[in-house]
Parts: sequence; C-alpha cells; structure tokens
Amino acid sequence: MPSSVAATGSQDSHIRPGGPALRRGLLVPALLLLAWMAASHNGLLHSSLLVPPERVLILPFGDEAGQQIWAALAASVARMLVGFAIGAIAGIGFGLALGMSLTAQRAFAPSFNALRQITLFAWIPLLTAWFGNGDSAKIVYIALSAFFPLAFNTYEGIRNIPLAYVEVARVLRFVPRQRVTRLLLPGALPSICIGVQVALITAWIGTVGAEYAMGAGRGLGAFLLAGREQFRMDVVLLGVFILALVGYVINVGFRRILKPFLLWQGEAK
Amino acid sequence: MSLSHGVIDDQGALAIRAVSKSYQVDGRALQVLKGIALDIAPGEFVSVVGASGCGKSTLLRLIVGLDTAYDGAILLDGRRIEGPGPDRGIVFQDHRLFPWLTVADNISLGLEAANVPIPEQQRRVAENIALVGLDGFENAYPHQLSGGMAQRAAIARALVGEPEILLLDEPLGALDSLTRAYLQEELLRIWRQGGVTMIMVTHDVEEAVYLSDRVVVMEPRPGRISAVLPVDLPRPRDRAAAEFIRLKERILRALSR
Repeated sequence: MPSSVAATGSQDSHIRPGGPALRRGLLVPALLLLAWMAASHNGLLHSSLLVPPERVLILPFGDEAGQQIWAALAASVARMLVGFAIGAIAGIGFGLALGMSLTAQRAFAPSFNALRQITLFAWIPLLTAWFGNGDSAKIVYIALSAFFPLAFNTYEGIRNIPLAYVEVARVLRFVPRQRVTRLLLPGALPSICIGVQVALITAWIGTVGAEYAMGAGRGLGAFLLAGREQFRMDVVLLGVFILALVGYVINVGFRRILKPFLLWQGEAK
Repeated sequence: MSLSHGVIDDQGALAIRAVSKSYQVDGRALQVLKGIALDIAPGEFVSVVGASGCGKSTLLRLIVGLDTAYDGAILLDGRRIEGPGPDRGIVFQDHRLFPWLTVADNISLGLEAANVPIPEQQRRVAENIALVGLDGFENAYPHQLSGGMAQRAAIARALVGEPEILLLDEPLGALDSLTRAYLQEELLRIWRQGGVTMIMVTHDVEEAVYLSDRVVVMEPRPGRISAVLPVDLPRPRDRAAAEFIRLKERILRALSR
C-alpha cells in the first residue's frame, strides 16, 4: 500500500466526526465563548470592538447589513464550486499527464514544482491585471488554488503505485485507456482523495481571499470588507464565523462522502 | 530430451541460448546470469532451484519479457522474445491482484487488453475461476481472500489468456504448508488439464521433485546452471519413496556444492 493510504487511515481514526472526540473538541470553543460573553457584559471590552456573541448570532435575522450574509454565502459557495471544478479537472489531468509520460515529467515537473512554491496571494496582482477585478479573475484564482494540491497529489499518487502492479500491467499488455482507468487512477485514488480534500479547503480560503482582496461583487469576502469599512464588528465576526463553519462542513462532509469509494482498501488495513 | 523446432503443433517450446545478464551497480558490472542454456519441450514441467541470488527469478523476468537487456537469445517456438506477450503468463510470489478490482475483473484484465468481446471474456473468466476452484468468489475483493485463494486467482489471471508457457515465480512460497501441499496438487491438475508448459522457480527441493519432469539446479555468483536432473518417477509421486528421497538428496548435494 502506498504511504498516502496509511495517512488517510490514521487521520480518520484520530479526527472522526461525532462521538467523544467531537465533544472534547467543543470544550475549548465553549469556554472561549463563555469568556467572550462574560467579558463583553462586564464592560471589560469596548463594546464596538468586541460585540457580545448573541448579537452576532441573531444578526443574520436582524438588520439589513446582517441579512446580506445569506446572499454573500450563496455567492461565495457558487463561485467556489465553479472555480474548484475547473481547477480540479485541470489539476487531475495535469497530474495524470505528469505521472504517465516521462517526457511530460521532464518538461513540466521542475516548472510545476517552482510555481507550487509561490504563495497564492502573490498571484492576485497579476490576475487582476490580466482579468480585471470581476468574477473571471476570482474564478481563475480559485481554480489555481485548487489546481496545485490536486495536480501534486495526483502525480504523487501515481508515482507511489507499487512497481509490482505496474509490472502486471506490462505483462498483461494494457492498452493506454486501460492503463489510466484500471491502474493509474484507481491506484492514485487514495492520494487524489486527499488532494480533493486539501483543494476544497484551499479553494474555499482562496474564494474568500479573492473576494476580500479584489473587492467588487458579492460574497463573504466582500461582506467582511464592508463590515470592516463600516466599523461593524458584529458583521465582521459573523462573516468569520460563517467562513469557519463552511470550512468545517467541507472537511467533515467530504470524509463522509469519501468512505464508500475507498472500500477496497479493506477494514484490516 | 527430444526437441523439434518448426513443427507446427509444437506450441510452447522454449530455447534459452547462451543467456548472460549483468546489472550496473555503482558503475561496476555485476553479472547475475552467465551462459544459461536450456531447452524446454512443449507441455513440460520444469522447476528451477537455487540459493537466493542465483538469478533464477531474473531468468523468469527475461522469459516473460519484463527485461529485454541481455546477451544471448531466448526463443519461443523459434521466435525471439521481444517483451511481454500473450503466449506467456506469469504468477508472482505476491499475488499482485489489483486491490481495487474484484476477482473476476482482475482475471479479465488480460482479455480486456486483447480486446476480446465481453461475452467471450465472461465465459473465459468463469471457466478459469472454475478451473482454480474459486466459484462463488467472482465478486470478492482481494483483501477478502486468504493467501491461497488470492494465489489461485493470480493463477487464473495468468491462464485466462491461454498462454503456451506459464511462469511461476515461487508461487507457493508465502503460503502455509497445508495450503501449499493442496495447491501443489491443484497445479498438477491444471497442468495435466491444460497441457501448458510450466516453468517454476522454487526454494523447496521437495516441491520441485514432486511436481517436475526436470529440475534445473542453479548456482550463484554468477548465476549459472550447475545440473539438470530428470525426475523419472510416475505420478502421483510418493514423497516417502526411497527413489524420491534419493533424488531429493542428490539435488540438495548439488545445491550445497
């Protein structure tokens, strides 16, 4: 088994959604929330800088500024899904090409590894110069943030397919299509799944980051920006809370969805 | 022994002519095979025994076509081997079934590659599953099989393409002794049923004497053939028979020289 498989296995057993681990994990946030409530009600903190938590929680149902969270959330999620889909398809395709062809590997792997080191935020000035600060620049940015982890994990997954299986494919004289569908993709699947998980999170961070940095248009990033400019800390905190919640849902939901696809790994492993 | 090249119904005659093979290790040539010469008749069961490092597995890799960089010639029915082909199947010590495919899908891989029509694929897969006694496990995944069952599936995968030669690289080496004895009988049955030429690499001298028409003894550094001993005992063979034991001891002596 490639090492990436072991990685998913151990990760799964440590951070399983639900159960005692979740309850223990909730302890610290609960204590922080209590401290926050106590501090804001005792007047220890200036109320416009740190509003009481209950005001943040009712905000989505409160004034006009707060109600915009719904539209912002919908716009961000939609934007993220589009960007992620483009980046994921391109990333898996690129990783597959690198893994399949020695020529592609020699030509592109060094550039890819160099580009991968660039902090994603550094792309923003270039992208806004090329695509403006509308939706296309944001989607390209989100696609890029999903592309790198998926390209990398697909490529690594293929490289870690045991030589024993590659030899079987040679002895049985696989045709190219079979090599992809019977050997490379399923063999790299555990690693690709980790790539998808990482890419979903980076795409989500990328979405909010792009919206915040590029400004214009709807979205959670723009929502945060507006809150900051209007000095509405309750709006900002609500935005941060929703942002974190979506990240959490992506993480947990993805692991649930994934399980049936990796059944062949067996329970014992 | 008799060997007649060029005769049309002589399918599966293998001629190994002066085969040598070296690897480059740290810039120096390390010779793993030296002057291997061996003729194997169609339908013959030949075992290769030898200490580890004598190149016996390397020899199988050359015959199956996974490695084509060697001196000399390996001819199958008079034609030079230029890489893997449908005329040869191989069973490795580790079953090497793809863990993401069911038993049936693993076995049909070779047929899929050869573009065999689906109904024919299904028929031949079912036939070979029955041949190795895995009926009822068509849709099982490899991790659900025992070691012996996985090895049966691997044998079916190698046989489904109807090769002339079946190469076996210590196929029973990782199994417990009961399963091993049982699968030895199964191998004999499959060999008799299909008439396929079998070349088996093994550590187990008794296994070699029990199964084979001839036992090839190899020596290491550099890997070469030191003896070829015919086993002229009628089957089924009695492991406790005096002649069986005498032959076994002769091979063991040849090995420890």
